[in-house]
Amino acid sequence: MRLSDLPHHAPATVIDVADHGDTDSIASRLRELGFVRGEPVRVLAHGPFQRDPLLVQIGYTRFALRRAEAGRVHVALTPQ
Amino acid sequence: MDAALHIALVGNPNSGKTALFNRLTGSRQKVANYAGVTVERKEGRLVAPSGRTLRVLDLPGAYSLAATSPDEAVTRDVCLGRFQSEARPDLLVCVVDATNLRLHLRFVLEVQRLGLPMVLALNMSDAAARRGIRIDVAALARELGMPVVETVAIRHRGTEALIRQLDAALPSPPAAPAPGADLHARVSAILQACVTVPRRTARIDDALDRVLLHPVIGLAILAALLFLMFQAVFAWAAPFMDGIDAGVAWFGSTVGTLMPDGTLKSLIVDGIIAGVGSVIVFLPQILILFLFILTLEESGYLPRAAFLLDRLMVSAGLTGRSFIPLLSSFACAVPGIMAARTIQDPRDRLATILVAPLMTCSARLPVYALLIAAFIPQQTVAGVFNLQGLVLFALYAAGIAAALAVARVMKWLRRDAAEHALLLELPSYRMPHPFDLAIGLWERAGIFLRRVGTIILSLTVLLWLLSSFPAPPPDATGPAIEYSLAGRIGQALHVIFAPLGFNWQICIALVPGLAAREVAVSALATVYALSATADDASAQLLPIVAEQWSLATALALLAWYVFAPQCVSTLAVIRRETQSWRTVGLAAGYLFALAYLAALATYQLARAWT
Repeated sequence: MRLSDLPHHAPATVIDVADHGDTDSIASRLRELGFVRGEPVRVLAHGPFQRDPLLVQIGYTRFALRRAEAGRVHVALTPQ
Repeated sequence: MDAALHIALVGNPNSGKTALFNRLTGSRQKVANYAGVTVERKEGRLVAPSGRTLRVLDLPGAYSLAATSPDEAVTRDVCLGRFQSEARPDLLVCVVDATNLRLHLRFVLEVQRLGLPMVLALNMSDAAARRGIRIDVAALARELGMPVVETVAIRHRGTEALIRQLDAALPSPPAAPAPGADLHARVSAILQACVTVPRRTARIDDALDRVLLHPVIGLAILAALLFLMFQAVFAWAAPFMDGIDAGVAWFGSTVGTLMPDGTLKSLIVDGIIAGVGSVIVFLPQILILFLFILTLEESGYLPRAAFLLDRLMVSAGLTGRSFIPLLSSFACAVPGIMAARTIQDPRDRLATILVAPLMTCSARLPVYALLIAAFIPQQTVAGVFNLQGLVLFALYAAGIAAALAVARVMKWLRRDAAEHALLLELPSYRMPHPFDLAIGLWERAGIFLRRVGTIILSLTVLLWLLSSFPAPPPDATGPAIEYSLAGRIGQALHVIFAPLGFNWQICIALVPGLAAREVAVSALATVYALSATADDASAQLLPIVAEQWSLATALALLAWYVFAPQCVSTLAVIRRETQSWRTVGLAAGYLFALAYLAALATYQLARAWT
């Protein structure tokens, strides 16, 4: 599933980041920031307007990602 | 040949790099721009115990050497020795946040590929210890192949070990990770071997974010903070501004009594002292505003405000990051436009710079105050609201609405379908340190005063020349300014501004009002043959204006002031920040067009109704 569809606080792990187009600098940046296979990830909150952007915890860090950015990240729910 | 050792601090944003830099170099800092780009360059010096001088460059924070912003490009190019006019550093100090190693060590591994001698500064090691994060420093140094020093940038002696390391012989460059190696996997392996982390996040961050990022409570807190800030900017600054005003007036009259009457006296007293004084008076407001902004920034709150407002600003063609520059512009567009540097995306940055002048800056207040007091009756609306206050609020709201509309139109005109990222890190909350706040304020004050001393001073002299020459003929009956170049320009402008209901006196006042908007009030006083230097120029003007102008004229002038780019300093700073005359022309052009149309519509409608 996509990170943008992940329910709040559900523990998940990253599968991969999909490129949009040939050179997707946003996707490469996401990978540099730690969105790589096996990394635990969680959505903690969303912005007040149209539930955008998302507050995402990856590694030890929190990022605000817009839905289009989070939509590039494929994740799988971690079995509890 | 310069014997000093060149050291550059590199690291991720939010690694505490600048606090470490402040601690290392104290107030011996030089803040400028990198040649040809509007990226802030900070350099400082320190003298090591051995007596050697170390030159320390604080490079912009970067997540990666694959740069996605002008800031990151500068960091990459300086480290590679590709930036012309910058010497390649002899030693890189990689600054990492000890509580955020998973992210920050990847960049360190990437920097190792540059082949420069490196030292790792394990910053905020006190915060890591408090959270129970245990780091085996010796093992980390072994794994990375470079010296590792623990630092606490916010503590007085927190950098001594680092200075000792910098003073020692240069370490040999660490071995670079193999080309194509998976840096993330390497970081995970290093963390496995050297670090134990009881909990990925700080409890305090989780708790604060639950409240501060809450869709309802978070917005309410943001609104309350903004309200407090505006109160502070306008209420706390008032006594200081009155003090500066009185000081400038006293200085002007003292210098005036010491000098013989003549052109030189007029230049110094009426031109330079009065003109520069009219801008200096905003220093208290700017400093209070920046104190708030720096505190919010250091504490980690500002990215949260951007998070809350991002969606709203995106729909207007801006970004959450535009929030801070636009907020600053309520005090003065000059620091606001400078603050747009924090927006990395060039398109978003340009849109923010172009609409920043629409925020109602404090220089418009004297003009608004005069016209509202003269034309809007003191009466209560709906039982609670003061009509004059409502009009003032409407003028502020008109500026904000116009900014959102203009940004939206620009977005539509660009038809730019490309996606622009937010990707904003929300760092851990931190207690702002007074030392860092003081250095930040000192820098802001310096930048503002330098601008006053150069561009604003020269423009003031130019406007004085225009308003003073040629001198009136001996048999002149009207005020002197009527015969000057500025007066003639004003009278020529009258043809253009007559449809807006502006009389020639207003047109003349618009010319010196270009230096700073509120100068228009004292210029009007001059035109109406009053003493412009009198402290209560606007009090004397009130009855004249109320009697001689129609309500339609006053409303049209108010509408004009909401939009008009009547501030040479703003245009000058747009030129400096964008390095483009075309942008200056675009900004001035659209603002004049909006101002003219708004004033025209207001005048014609108001005349039809009254």
